[in-house]
Amino acid sequence: MHFTSFLEDGRLTVALTGEIDHHCAKAYIQAIVAKIESYTPDICVLDFGEVSFVDSSGIAVVINALRSMTQIEGKLLLTGILPQPMRVFRASGIDKIVEIKEAVS
Amino acid sequence: MKFENYMILEFPSKSCNEAFARSAIACFAAQLDPTLEELGDIRTAVSEAVTNCIVHAYPEGLGTVSMRCRILKDNVLDIVIKDRGVGIPDIDQARRPAFTTGGADRSGMGFTIMESFMTDLEISSKAGKGTTVHMRRKLQRRK
Repeated sequence: MHFTSFLEDGRLTVALTGEIDHHCAKAYIQAIVAKIESYTPDICVLDFGEVSFVDSSGIAVVINALRSMTQIEGKLLLTGILPQPMRVFRASGIDKIVEIKEAVS
Repeated sequence: MKFENYMILEFPSKSCNEAFARSAIACFAAQLDPTLEELGDIRTAVSEAVTNCIVHAYPEGLGTVSMRCRILKDNVLDIVIKDRGVGIPDIDQARRPAFTTGGADRSGMGFTIMESFMTDLEISSKAGKGTTVHMRRKLQRRK
């Protein structure tokens, strides 16, 4: 697992990298939820620009981030999603409950 | 059934083998000249099936996961992923979207994704004997 994050004007951006599967999902979830809880941002942006693969474990990462942001009445945004992760998000219907910007077709 | 080619793999139910299994299927499927989208779908479905074995089949420790892949006529990729674990008590319930017996780090969407990404999906399971997931994907012939 490798990611970078930064906070600017109440906007927390978390840039994820590599392949997200069950092997690394738990660590991603714990790290993202901890960032949200300590910074309580207005908006959390999960940047998927460097994520080449996700399976349903990636959906759990998004759902856990969404749950944490909902608890603090904030907003979750996904950006930069490449075609394979986008197909997984569409198949699961996550694209209907989370705002997605700048998906890469 | 006649096959054009096949491969058989066996590995322990360690989570690091999820990436290995989907890389292996991608290498094997490459000879069918799949599109990037087809390859992504197959890798995803295999990742889901192998993850299920790792998360659910052997709650007491490690067990064996086997994967058999065949290339059948008319560009069909046939994949069987099998464990000898605890089995699924209720397959219909397990196939339901968002159903999971896993923790908060599981989404319960594994079977839904396998169903959407593969042409056919069959699951058979017996308590204490294990689970077999049999899936097929027909690949488009490139012109």
